[in-house]
Amino acid sequence: MTESRSQDWNHACLALKLLLIDPAGLGGISLRARAGPVRDRFLDYLNQSTPTVRIHPSMPSEALFGGMDVAATLEAGRIIKSSGLLRENVCPVLAMAERCGPLRAFELVRFLEARKQPIALLDEGAEPEETVLPILSERLAFHISLEAIGRLDAVGEETINPQNAQHHLAAVDVSVGARHSMTLLAARLGIDSLRPPLFALNAARALAASTGRDHLKDEDLMIAASLVLAPRAIQLPADDMEEFQNADKALEHQHEPSHDDSEGMIPQDILVDAIRPQLPSGLLAGFQENARRGGAKGSGAGQKRRSNRRGRPLPSRRGRLADGRRIDLIATLRAAVPWQRLRRRRDRVKIRSSDIFVKSFEEKSDRLLVFAVDASGSAAMARLADAKGAVEILLSEAYASRDLVSLIGFRGDRADLLLPPTRSLVQAKRRLAALPGGGGTPLAAGLKAAGDLAKHARSQGMSPVLLLLTDGRANIALDGTAGRSQANADVQIIVRWLRHSGLPCIVIDTASRPERSLTSLAHNLAGQYLPLPHADATKLARALT
Amino acid sequence: MSSVFPFAAIVGQDDMKRAMLLTAIDPKLGGVLVFGDRGTGKSTAVRALADLLPQITAVKGCPVNSARPHDVPEWVQSAHAEIEQRPTPVIDLPLGVTEDRVTGALDIERALTHGEKMFQPGLLAAANRGYLYIDEVNLLEDHIVDLLLDVAQSGENLVEREGLSIRHPARFVLVGSGNPEEGELRPQLLDRFGLSVDVRSPSDIEERVEVIRRRESFEKSPARFRRRYREQNDQIRNRILTARQTLARTATRKQALRHCAKLCAHLGTDGLRGELTLLRASRALAAYEGNREVTQNEIHKVAPLALSHRLRRDPLDDSSAASRVKRAVETVLE
Repeated sequence: MTESRSQDWNHACLALKLLLIDPAGLGGISLRARAGPVRDRFLDYLNQSTPTVRIHPSMPSEALFGGMDVAATLEAGRIIKSSGLLRENVCPVLAMAERCGPLRAFELVRFLEARKQPIALLDEGAEPEETVLPILSERLAFHISLEAIGRLDAVGEETINPQNAQHHLAAVDVSVGARHSMTLLAARLGIDSLRPPLFALNAARALAASTGRDHLKDEDLMIAASLVLAPRAIQLPADDMEEFQNADKALEHQHEPSHDDSEGMIPQDILVDAIRPQLPSGLLAGFQENARRGGAKGSGAGQKRRSNRRGRPLPSRRGRLADGRRIDLIATLRAAVPWQRLRRRRDRVKIRSSDIFVKSFEEKSDRLLVFAVDASGSAAMARLADAKGAVEILLSEAYASRDLVSLIGFRGDRADLLLPPTRSLVQAKRRLAALPGGGGTPLAAGLKAAGDLAKHARSQGMSPVLLLLTDGRANIALDGTAGRSQANADVQIIVRWLRHSGLPCIVIDTASRPERSLTSLAHNLAGQYLPLPHADATKLARALT
Repeated sequence: MSSVFPFAAIVGQDDMKRAMLLTAIDPKLGGVLVFGDRGTGKSTAVRALADLLPQITAVKGCPVNSARPHDVPEWVQSAHAEIEQRPTPVIDLPLGVTEDRVTGALDIERALTHGEKMFQPGLLAAANRGYLYIDEVNLLEDHIVDLLLDVAQSGENLVEREGLSIRHPARFVLVGSGNPEEGELRPQLLDRFGLSVDVRSPSDIEERVEVIRRRESFEKSPARFRRRYREQNDQIRNRILTARQTLARTATRKQALRHCAKLCAHLGTDGLRGELTLLRASRALAAYEGNREVTQNEIHKVAPLALSHRLRRDPLDDSSAASRVKRAVETVLE
């Protein structure tokens, strides 16, 4: 065990070395690890190898990229630019990268791509879903996890001296076969983007250059594949993937005549087998996790936005400073500056009340529609398809008013969060379509999951609305045991809790005949009751507004 | 521009390339929206287009790229009477951009050093007669979107702030790219784009390998790689120039008009913008392909680009908009 873990450590160190050899071709490294001795050790190693600067996602743009220094500018009477933290030849280390919003992520990407500078991300996400935005991670070659490495395994790094290898780098040639192998492998691992195979080839070249060779060995490709492709894989390369097998054969066949070309082409089996043992244990779990994460890759804009848009700053306007309004200092100074000569003050800035700009904010809270959909056997029998249709109508309504939506499905003995709050209609539709039916009706669990989510959303400043779609025949208790009476009792408890929290609710009855118990449920929730047989699209839409 | 990937070297993605070429021929088409997966070469294609576009003639020193000296706005002081050739502007609109930067604002430096009020032109000025490119357009802040919509509609940028009252022409082709999974685009903005393209990673292994091969050889030696494709790039550029000239002479017969109208009616697109764009795009394509008049063939090729983002969103129909348009084309045009 220790051996494989120390191998993980060696892999991480190797990734760093390759990155420093070819920063332009590899982009950067994303480290998934909580703060701890192993990560500290790795960061020490990074610091020894290259100058770094530590940044965090919520720093103002001027601090990072530079901007006008207002105080100095006014003093000097000419523009004084402050230089940002991101200087040439310094590797930024972005702490808490999982909290980086899309805007900042994008700014960083642009900046670094223009400068061909490497970046290191510290992804401290606690949950599997909590991770770096794909805008950012997509453009970095290495996704390394230090989570499984113990403190004692983190030993034996070599000093990195990239200059030598960089001289060699340009001379390293990639054979046609190597390129085919890597592209094919990426496709078989379910990696859709074309950046990863390119990264993998660049990594292989850097690897060859690091030992002063100008041709790639099979080993280089194998190591590069396990470093770059393996962590991104969303499926195991199954042997029955005929399509790709055929492509493989076709390629081999095609390149048979010209002997030079097929040289360096490694049979896929060997390549796959080569990366298999080099992957951390729990490989399969990892793959599934990636698949899920891959599916949720769009949750970006909606989910990650912690601070709500309440108080989104609008352009500041001229106005008077009254009742707790905040002055926009920069705008005020900008307004005052042109007049300073005319106002004949040299020693200090003279500001008149007409110069004052006040900040204005848009007070708008996002609405979140939490759909709790009953997918139990009884509901499926009755009209799961209809319920899905109803949700889709409501979804398009939500889309029109730019609400966030979230989806919870309950069946069998539990409720699952199918889709965290997002604005993506595409995703909501996909998740909904994939919702299978069958099993008992854990109504209490479904309500509780929906309630928890809604309360959490409210604490983030959203205004949640709960939509329950069920046929009302609860038969699974909160603890997962079957039994109608216990199940109903649990529902009553949850309903009281929900009512107490004052969440607006809409109960949509999906039973084939209106279910009496749901009328009282809606009443107890202080919510609206809509039987689906009579709820047409317009009525559903009206219920929302 | 020496490190830009050549347009002619982009593998596949024919729809995207075609849409971009059409806007180069007829800028009034109203822009392109490129939506799709990551790593499919969206940004690469826009950069390549900038490099491909023919140069424009403009008044030297004019911040809004005016074609003739008397078009230069009166607030511009630095312009000469000379005319120069300059590359077609392709301006990046970064996501976190401020309103000041977009519209232009008071030039603080002048105000400080000379005590003068001077207008410092923004991105809209720089993009006049060229392209405005917004990557990840669906993440753009609402107030910037509002601003862009307004200017795109009127073709003029009006700045009323800080005691300035400035106007200048701002006609540009809007190019947006994004990933639909990151959030939807506001319908108003969606409608502004004349053409829309869905891009996907190629599924064919051969094609994927070719993409990687070209990218690799480009990264290794950009200059040599560009030399290899210079001739092809020049050819495309010349075709654009020829098409621009023949565009006005390209005929549209009643039959073609009827086809366009029928198609749009069948698909139930809102308003008449669909027909107009479809017709314009077909004509630009006919000009590009050297045809004297618009035929069914062009309408066929262009319909998914011009119409797929104008369909009423049907939450119950899962098939992609482009395939719905294709189906409609087949039924309407036999």
